[in-house]
Amino acid sequence: MFTVLGCMLVGIIAGFILRKKQFKIIQKVLFVLIWLLLFLLGAEIGSNPIVVRQTGKLGFDALLIGVAGTLGSIIAAGLLWKWIKPDKSTNEK
Amino acid sequence: MKSSLIILSFFATGLLLGFFRLLPEVFFNEEISFYVLCCLMFTVGFSIGHQGNLIRQFRRLNPRIVFLPLFTIAGTWLGALAVVFFINDFSLFDTLAASSGFGYYSLSGILITRYKGVELGTIALMSNIVREILTLLFAPLMVKYFGKFSTISSGGATTMDTTFPVIVQTAGKDYALVSIYHGFVMDFSVPFLVTFWCSL
Repeated sequence: MFTVLGCMLVGIIAGFILRKKQFKIIQKVLFVLIWLLLFLLGAEIGSNPIVVRQTGKLGFDALLIGVAGTLGSIIAAGLLWKWIKPDKSTNEK
Repeated sequence: MKSSLIILSFFATGLLLGFFRLLPEVFFNEEISFYVLCCLMFTVGFSIGHQGNLIRQFRRLNPRIVFLPLFTIAGTWLGALAVVFFINDFSLFDTLAASSGFGYYSLSGILITRYKGVELGTIALMSNIVREILTLLFAPLMVKYFGKFSTISSGGATTMDTTFPVIVQTAGKDYALVSIYHGFVMDFSVPFLVTFWCSL
């Protein structure tokens, strides 16, 4: 995890040093890397016999827990957004 | 929505190629995805540093934002609590443990497999992958209906790496630092919270 954060820190410094130059390609690079990462994730899951074999049996529970947890946190974040937003808009002006 | 579909199709292609073993063995090495993640983080850092006005950006944010990780945790647990009656094979604490991966599927999957066995570990792995994919796919809708924090909460522990670019695109560059702060706090919380629910 610290290696990952270190990479980001080096990136921040590099980006800051080169901030006068235009790098329009960076957004594209980002997405290509995300595609690659998701592709690798898929390959990792697909080739894992334990996960594949259990999908039918455990898939429903996993889906339920995943969706419920995500939804719960979205609603909670929506509440925080409502709490903060009014005086945030005045701050910005 | 178009970018989500592209992401999903890459994921699905990987899934199929992995299942039918159509890729060279090197691709199944976890190290490769780690290197890609490092490249991704460098690029993310670069795009942040490139803006140059980090401190001003941070000052403009409302201090109450520090509570966002707490809202993420509480919301996730309440969500898990709401569906626990539909889950037959696992207890309330098991369900809460699995949901406490907050999208960090690799770590939570490994931890829970060790504490509670491979079945719950697989549940943790799959449910947290579901969380990450939901975030990648529905980030624009979340922002529209639940405000700009919702994609960050939904991304959970992944908001400073895999879901970061999507969050910046949907919630805006002003929220890049919030996203990183949130991911950092959540990343640290996952091992503790998972261990806590598994020990009950």
